[in-house]
Amino acid sequence: MNAQPDLLYSEAEDDLRAAVRSLLSDRGDTAAVLVRAEAGAPYDPELWKALAGDIGAAGLLVPEKLGGHGASHREAAVVLEELGRGVTPAPYLTSSVIATETLLALDTETVEVAELLAALAAGRRTAVLAVPLSASPYGPLPVDAPRVTGVADAAVADVLLVLKSDGLYAVDRASANVEAQTPLDLTRPLAAVTVGDTARATLLADTATAEQAVRRGLLAGAGLLASEQLGLAEWCLEETVRHTRERHQFNRPVGSFQALKHRMAQLWLEVVSARAAARNAADALATGSPEAPLAVAVAQAYSSRVAVHAAEECVQLHAGIGMTWEHPAHLYLKRAKADEVALGTPGRHKEALAELVGLQAP
Amino acid sequence: MTDAAELLTRTKELLAAHPPAGTDRTEFLKARFDAGLAWVHYPKGLGGLDAPRSLQAVVDAELTAAGAPENDPRRIGIGLGMAAPTILKYGSQELKQRFLRPLWVGEEVWCQLFSEPGAGSDLAALATRAVRDDEGTSHSSEAGSGGDWVINGQKVWTSSAHVARWAILIARTDPDLPKHRGITYFICDMTDPGVEVRPLRQITGEAEFNEVFLTDVRIPDAHRLGEVGEGWKVAQTTLMNERVSIGGSRIPREGGMIGPIARTWRERPELRTHDTHQRLLTLWVEAEVARLAGERLRQQLAAGQPGPEGSGMKLAFARLNQEISGLEVELLGEEGLLYGDWTMSRPELVDFTGRDAGYRYLRSKGNSIEGGTSEVLLNIVAERVLGLPSEPRNDKDVAWKDLTR
Repeated sequence: MNAQPDLLYSEAEDDLRAAVRSLLSDRGDTAAVLVRAEAGAPYDPELWKALAGDIGAAGLLVPEKLGGHGASHREAAVVLEELGRGVTPAPYLTSSVIATETLLALDTETVEVAELLAALAAGRRTAVLAVPLSASPYGPLPVDAPRVTGVADAAVADVLLVLKSDGLYAVDRASANVEAQTPLDLTRPLAAVTVGDTARATLLADTATAEQAVRRGLLAGAGLLASEQLGLAEWCLEETVRHTRERHQFNRPVGSFQALKHRMAQLWLEVVSARAAARNAADALATGSPEAPLAVAVAQAYSSRVAVHAAEECVQLHAGIGMTWEHPAHLYLKRAKADEVALGTPGRHKEALAELVGLQAP
Repeated sequence: MTDAAELLTRTKELLAAHPPAGTDRTEFLKARFDAGLAWVHYPKGLGGLDAPRSLQAVVDAELTAAGAPENDPRRIGIGLGMAAPTILKYGSQELKQRFLRPLWVGEEVWCQLFSEPGAGSDLAALATRAVRDDEGTSHSSEAGSGGDWVINGQKVWTSSAHVARWAILIARTDPDLPKHRGITYFICDMTDPGVEVRPLRQITGEAEFNEVFLTDVRIPDAHRLGEVGEGWKVAQTTLMNERVSIGGSRIPREGGMIGPIARTWRERPELRTHDTHQRLLTLWVEAEVARLAGERLRQQLAAGQPGPEGSGMKLAFARLNQEISGLEVELLGEEGLLYGDWTMSRPELVDFTGRDAGYRYLRSKGNSIEGGTSEVLLNIVAERVLGLPSEPRNDKDVAWKDLTR
């Protein structure tokens, strides 16, 4: 077994969290998120500029010599925790984690790859993989697909990374056909992407490299999604505790009823556990541990359920108000449920785990 | 402040003066205690050196490497984990000098006389009475001045009572006060003729625990810990240390209850079904996450950032132990219909993950009851960690004697 993973937060990570949280509370409260989502334009370009460029969050995974900040998945995970807490629409997971990690697995000496990476790291451009959000690191990938549906954040991406039978291409979004779909999760828009011929596309890698790179991107995405799910769950629990302390029925705070307290205590235990699982996955990815696939599968199999459970409890324990459009609980429920499907369902990750730890199916 | 280098030097000196190979086990342990290397965070003269607790590992590693004998902490867990910190905090200098050394060395085993048939989760409702008798003389050879207390009542779920020399005991000294305020904390001599210990046969067929009947047991006032009526506060020290001592050690992957079922799964493909596969994988993930959460807690403690997470660990392990062992009995099929041995016995040590699946299933039922029921622990998390209000109570300002029983 390897050295023990570092499951805590470093001081630098705490500082990064404080900076992101402060930015999000200035610019991105949930009421504003809802207004923009209703207007069909959930992303806030100013927020992205500040997050990706000023704070430097977009370049955390990219080495300094390639124009990034030379940090790691541990720091990116902290950013995702905060984006989860704020249910913030931003192409961070898709562009700064999945697409960036994919590009990092290519030959970064190539001019096209290096230039794109530098632009992504600086927050000047964004890129997304042209695969459905539901694609897992283990399943089939859309190669030469005439039309790929369910592509997250495609509408705001500058570049689409497209798998063809002869390799991975960078395609300008403007030259592709991107039709918005109506998503369950209003804060992470989905689109159907049709890429015509590859005449105006740039070949970045050959077939063998491409598939491995995309799977590595999806693995990093799945591992760090656990941190977003942790942030979602944490917000849901905190809001539920706050609400049930204030809300009175039967002449007492509803949070004093044991039937409710036990449910919140149980959620707290799940959040504490999800934090350990998410930190473990982020640390394994950051250190390039051979156990990273196992750590990611465990974190995804666990944290997906925790986020959904927390959001469902949030709605139920808020009761009537939790069922309204006005209250933000539904944004969290929809994000949590979509995140459960994103990058492989818990079942897919458990199937992968069965192979990894030798607990084979009958 | 004593640092690691100094501790290492002292440890080497101890080993040089008392080579483990040629020294009697008890003599070595006594010498270790006198050198201040028993529990380095304890005061000088009481087995420690006023050093940081984290430096104990330095001493332990050196002694283990040299093949030094241990004090068998599992046999004397209640003394080490509960009695000692309480005596240290509330005992007189005489009591500390008298009790801590034989406790640590293992010459004197301790037990805990807290729970009663009528006082489980509501421990403060306990009914065992302690009445002052200034005229009488104690049976104990270690009586001090200040008269005696006479104890009458019944305690239950007492582990080690049948081998214990001493007990920590809480009893009611004033029934006219509300329940938390009329309790006093004592050290009880288990050889007193009024102490009767009976094995308590449990769900697994064996008897890990005892019932203890106390009839006119005499305790000298010098063996009181804390003021009269302050016993509840003193007991908090004991109980806090109980929770610290539960779930303290590092567990490898597939350590604990998931280990046996994972081995069975790999070795016995004929038992596998799709249903049990899904349930096993879910529990495997939960066990691994609980292990990681425990590891994270240890890292927090080591970094000097203790969090409230500890309160949750026992909850998680209790549920997992029960669900995993339940699945294991089911997975084993025909073999799950059998049970190792129902013979009444008195196990020296208890291993939740030992024996067969049936035993593990039955024994783990206690995991959500012993050391605080899961329901009470959920209340503690809700109120102390999340800050949720308590249920309205009708027992706080009522004299104990007027409570419904």
